[in-house]
Amino acid sequence: MSQLVEIRDLKVSAKTDAGRTVEIIKGVSFDIAPGEIVALIGESGSGKTTIALTLMGHCRPGCRISGGSVRVDGQDMVTLTERERAEVRGTKVAYVPQSAAAAFNPSATIMDQVIEVTRIHGLMPPEQARTLAVELFRALSLPNPDSIGERYPHQVSGGQLQRLSAAMALIGSPKVVIFDEPTTALDVTTQIEVLRAFKAVMRKGGIAGVYVSHDLAVVAQIADRIVVLRGGEVQESGSTDQILHRAGHPYTRQLLAAFEPVPRSPEEAARVTDLRPLLEVDKLVAGYGPIQADGLPLVRALKSVSLSVQRGRNLGIIGESGCGKSTLARAIAGILPRRGGNIIFDGRELSPDARQRSREELRTLQIVFQSADTALNPAKSVEDLLGRPLTFYHGLKGKARDQRVDQLLDMVHLPKTVRHRRATELSGGQKQRVNFARALAADPKLILCDEITSALDTVVAAAIIELLKELQRELGLSYLFISHDLSVVEAICDEILVMYAGEKIEQLTPATVGSPDNHPYSRLLFSSTPKLDPTWLDSLEQDPELVRAYCRR
Amino acid sequence: MTHSVPESVPRPAAAPRRKPGYRFNLVGIIGLSVLLFWAVIAVIAPWVIPYPVGEIVDYDALGPMTAKFWLGTDYLGRDILSRVLMGARYTVGISLASVTLACSLGVTLGMIAAVSGGWLDTLLSRFLDAMNSIPSKLFGLVVVAAVGSSLPVLVLTMAVIYVPGSFRFARALAVNINTMDFVTAARIRGERTPYLILSEILPNILGPVLADLGLRFVFTVLLLSGLSFLGLGVQPPYADWGAMVRENIGGLAFGAPAVIFPCVAIATLTISVNLLIDNLPQKIRDRSDA
Repeated sequence: MSQLVEIRDLKVSAKTDAGRTVEIIKGVSFDIAPGEIVALIGESGSGKTTIALTLMGHCRPGCRISGGSVRVDGQDMVTLTERERAEVRGTKVAYVPQSAAAAFNPSATIMDQVIEVTRIHGLMPPEQARTLAVELFRALSLPNPDSIGERYPHQVSGGQLQRLSAAMALIGSPKVVIFDEPTTALDVTTQIEVLRAFKAVMRKGGIAGVYVSHDLAVVAQIADRIVVLRGGEVQESGSTDQILHRAGHPYTRQLLAAFEPVPRSPEEAARVTDLRPLLEVDKLVAGYGPIQADGLPLVRALKSVSLSVQRGRNLGIIGESGCGKSTLARAIAGILPRRGGNIIFDGRELSPDARQRSREELRTLQIVFQSADTALNPAKSVEDLLGRPLTFYHGLKGKARDQRVDQLLDMVHLPKTVRHRRATELSGGQKQRVNFARALAADPKLILCDEITSALDTVVAAAIIELLKELQRELGLSYLFISHDLSVVEAICDEILVMYAGEKIEQLTPATVGSPDNHPYSRLLFSSTPKLDPTWLDSLEQDPELVRAYCRR
Repeated sequence: MTHSVPESVPRPAAAPRRKPGYRFNLVGIIGLSVLLFWAVIAVIAPWVIPYPVGEIVDYDALGPMTAKFWLGTDYLGRDILSRVLMGARYTVGISLASVTLACSLGVTLGMIAAVSGGWLDTLLSRFLDAMNSIPSKLFGLVVVAAVGSSLPVLVLTMAVIYVPGSFRFARALAVNINTMDFVTAARIRGERTPYLILSEILPNILGPVLADLGLRFVFTVLLLSGLSFLGLGVQPPYADWGAMVRENIGGLAFGAPAVIFPCVAIATLTISVNLLIDNLPQKIRDRSDA
């Protein structure tokens, strides 16, 4: 037979809380040739992980394969018994999870866990397995391959752990490896190394793979073919080149378009004539933990950061996880009282603690959190969520309040019918719009946006960014936009501030991003952002000195 | 790219909107009906009892079940049916009053402690922990022995006994909710503590709190029965179920219905509450996984 994996008319059904059965995968068919890497791409809820898991004959609780066949190397995973499936898992099909940190047992050494598969299936004696594991560690370019296995999972970095989980998957020499968003939780500079390692090891071993991701740029680097999914159906499939350059389906084009942000035109920013700064942050220091003798907290997440935001203009803050960008937003908002420096907002000094700020100060400076799931009270309807700030800040009641709620919903392009729904009954993008509308209800001058598009799918995130720009035109707001995603920041900000390890590295304009006189760290960060070009990863050259200096790989 | 891009809606528009379902399953219905039965009895007891509670109506002490005395008679020849029905008033009434008092106080303090944090939290937590370390029966014994047994004393004593547990439970839940972004959002809006606990925290811990209320009600019934069994609860000639068990314990050897039926009454009440809270409608239970 020519194909290693043949999926034919696969159907998976799931039981909802109400007891209804819904089909979440509606007849999907595709093949994987030996040694080929096929990417499943789509928004959350499109069924990409569900399909990938059926390759192991596995379904998440509540789901059931209700039709079709999944033939892996001649065996139909659907009809196998659970015992037979267990035989196949790890030897023919292996799995690399999204969160390696959650997949490793913190109380056993890495080596014991990596070679567990060989022990369970009795593939080889332990000594041989250990030698093989060390070879894999070397192939995955892990540091200290001979001794890294003796460490515990918490003693290695996130990127290393992700590569170790690939070693765990590969040790049983499987024919197919399933990668379930393995780099989504990693920083861009780390992601590069992990992707390179995966690609090298898969190519060398001639192993077939299924790569599940929502990020088209990442997929372009590693996949031979791309299957675009939406709502449990295949929208389009084709070679990577075909999908990237000659996409036929409108949805694929939307996905691609989301990668080319429309930058904010300079004229737009220039329309604002009042050039006094709205927010000035001077040598801000903040952190966590007990206060030390020098009056500073034990862990200083922000070490003297200064910035200023002008009226009607947007400042983007970009940096990797742990660089202090969220702490910056929390310190400005007064959630985490600052320990040093000064914040001047609209000409007045803000007190460190939000509790000591006046209602007017709180009203004009709003913050929107990353995760709308936790930022909206699940017990309240949209109407109550939006109505409370109206009553609280503006004293609106009854009919006036209802009208304003309708206006706000209209501003964020939500239908009026959602007002009686609870947050849990909305989609991710809708929730984020409500989250944003709540900040707008206060009539603020500045909105701190803390990674507000990070939890959203590419297409939905692009729509939110457009919405933000549109509202800015209408309302003359300013945004302090925090993100780890350069393309998002470029799309909306007039200026970009790069942060690293609690310090401001430099401040740039989108036009100068990528120019050779950027700070070395900025250059590293910008060059690490995946591009849609499939040759990007292979042709990327980074200064190893720089990588060593700034990456905790 | 414009915002006209359709976002995926979790529920298809055509599907009928699920009605807020306060539907019980079968076991839940059984639990609820038994509970309601006792509640109704507690209210209407004075009008339905066949004989006055304290009156000796039969010369045959610990008598059998007859057509005249459906559940037999007790050690003094009083009608058991009348006494069980009237006992419901005391058992259900006192327990309900004290558990409501204990839970409202405990939950409120718990939420305040969680939201305020700092020294107030430490103070409340340590004080209530200290109270928790006093054995409940012993505490009840000492208080009732010291100030005498009356209904208010019983209600208050048992409320005091169950406040710490309720506080701990509510605080643990509220601490989790307190770290959520929506509470932070409300806090930096400038909201005060009363709004935070009533509007942001309480609705999200209500499910487990109600379940806890049910469990604590059962504990209260058992504690009251225990106190009455020791002679410290409801005083003669009136009796709650625990006191009736004690009065008639001598009849146990003969298998007298006088001792069996009060026990059955305690058992049905406590088990039905447990069944009910284990089978609360999904709508209420859902509140817990916020």
